[in-house]
Amino acid sequence: MNDILKGELVRLSAIDPEEMSGALARWRRDSEFNRLLNMGVIHLDSAKAIRQWIEKDMENEGSREYFFAMRSLADDQLIGGLGLDVVAWAFRDAFVAIFIGEREYWGKGYGTDAMNVLLEYAFLELNLRRVSLGVFEYNPRAVRSYEKVGFRNEGRQRSFLNREGRRWSMFLMGILRNEWMEQNHKPVKSQ
Amino acid sequence: MNDLFRGELVRLTNENIDVLSESEIRWQRDTEFHRLADGDPAELHSEKKIKEWLEKRMSDDNPNRFNFSIRTLADDRLIGFIGLYLPFLHGCDAWVGIGIGERHYWGKGYGTDAMRVILRYAFTELNLHRVSLALHEYNTRAFRSYEKAGFRSEGRVKQDQIREGKRTDTLFMGILRSEWKDAFVEGAL
Amino acid sequence: MFDIHTQLFEGQDISFGPIDYEKDAEIESNWTHDAEFMRLMELKPVRPMSPALVRKQYEKIEKEIEESHSLYYFTIHAKADDRLIGKAVLEWIEWTNGNGWIRLGIGSADDRRKGYGSQALQMLLRFAFAELNLFRVTAMVPAYNEAMISLLKKFSFVEEVRRREAIERDGRFWDLLTFGLLRSEWESQNASAREEKP
Repeated sequence: MNDILKGELVRLSAIDPEEMSGALARWRRDSEFNRLLNMGVIHLDSAKAIRQWIEKDMENEGSREYFFAMRSLADDQLIGGLGLDVVAWAFRDAFVAIFIGEREYWGKGYGTDAMNVLLEYAFLELNLRRVSLGVFEYNPRAVRSYEKVGFRNEGRQRSFLNREGRRWSMFLMGILRNEWMEQNHKPVKSQ
Repeated sequence: MNDLFRGELVRLTNENIDVLSESEIRWQRDTEFHRLADGDPAELHSEKKIKEWLEKRMSDDNPNRFNFSIRTLADDRLIGFIGLYLPFLHGCDAWVGIGIGERHYWGKGYGTDAMRVILRYAFTELNLHRVSLALHEYNTRAFRSYEKAGFRSEGRVKQDQIREGKRTDTLFMGILRSEWKDAFVEGAL
Repeated sequence: MFDIHTQLFEGQDISFGPIDYEKDAEIESNWTHDAEFMRLMELKPVRPMSPALVRKQYEKIEKEIEESHSLYYFTIHAKADDRLIGKAVLEWIEWTNGNGWIRLGIGSADDRRKGYGSQALQMLLRFAFAELNLFRVTAMVPAYNEAMISLLKKFSFVEEVRRREAIERDGRFWDLLTFGLLRSEWESQNASAREEKP
């Protein structure tokens, strides 16, 4: 029974609403960060408003959402967040969301490491069968990271986003439990 | 894609509370029924309380509970209840509970049929891996029914109940999806 | 012709209507006891609902319509007797991107294979593109829903995404498909349809 929430560069920890809301309020002022993450209209919300929304989410979380703070192992800094939304328990499928708010941690493998930690949690703790994600066409760094982890392209919704005066697709990717287990040299048990 | 809620003798439904409460009020007076179905002391509740409790039981708000009423196919009579309780959504097991309140329908295969319907629901709609149940050792009719539906004995907790001054055991049974599939294929179900 | 005089809620043999708390709940309660229909219409575990629960669901729907401004819910009626036969939904609308998701179903097997689904989809798309000014419309369909898949293809929807083994039902895995239709594609469909008319 390994340390399931720890990777090589990051660890997953509980979200502290005070800390996370302050960080998100700051990160969201970077509109590039915002547009990579969100499909909806980007807002600049106060830390207080974000905190209330986080706390309400945590109340409703219960059985559907499993969200974590992302912290660097080196200095325990809060660098982002990630989590699973189990859209259908009966189908054992969840959508993953991940973001790194601190720019200096972009492109250095932190996202890939965090995703692997989360997938281990998804497959070995939540017993999910597959994990899905949506990623915007204009986010090639994320697409590469997800491919490295083992996600496969499952299609794209054309002209899904309207930003900066042009249309962009949203790519859909998915990874099956068996695929990830094999790639990570875990014993593959038949389900 | 077959008719999931229909068996050969019964079908599973969801009913308006005022329809259910009328039956529940009658059934709660039958202490033999109560002692077969439950472990707690027999009580008599007001109609108001029963309705409140039924609202909660039959609502679809709780993702861990799937409760149904049982109606006969022949004459659409409301005869009992059956339900699944999932202790963990990420787990693979559920507890099933059944009660046939209308005595006239005991020992005639209605319970077994309802159990088969709910097992099919558990394995092909909720995609569970196994279904569990517990029963009083003195409920021999139920034991035979559950065996017919495919459940196997998994053990007993000794003398954890006292009824009419006598200590009795609680029996535990379970059925795995693979066992259910095999029985299904063989035509046993 | 699609002009300002068009009756958006009237089709040839069907019409769209609002929720009728009195009349609809019993009928819809029956649909929820039909697992075959429910498995075509819903991805969440099918569960039968009493008329009272259906009414509660109607309340939730109307509340969401009011609060989210991203949901349009229509009941489908057979014009001959104004009978409720199905529902058509436009949901998860994102206004800045111009996206919406559609779902529709004809509740009773007896009412299917009569062209009602086609008419309903035509009306729903007209509402989405000509009234809501959406840019694209999306439909998510499990691979076992062959009727819906052929209906979407008839309207030139493009299969965009195939989420492998995303659904487990009836003891096996199924892919979950996403179809998309852009407004330009819908407009050219209608343009050629108009050209074909004598």
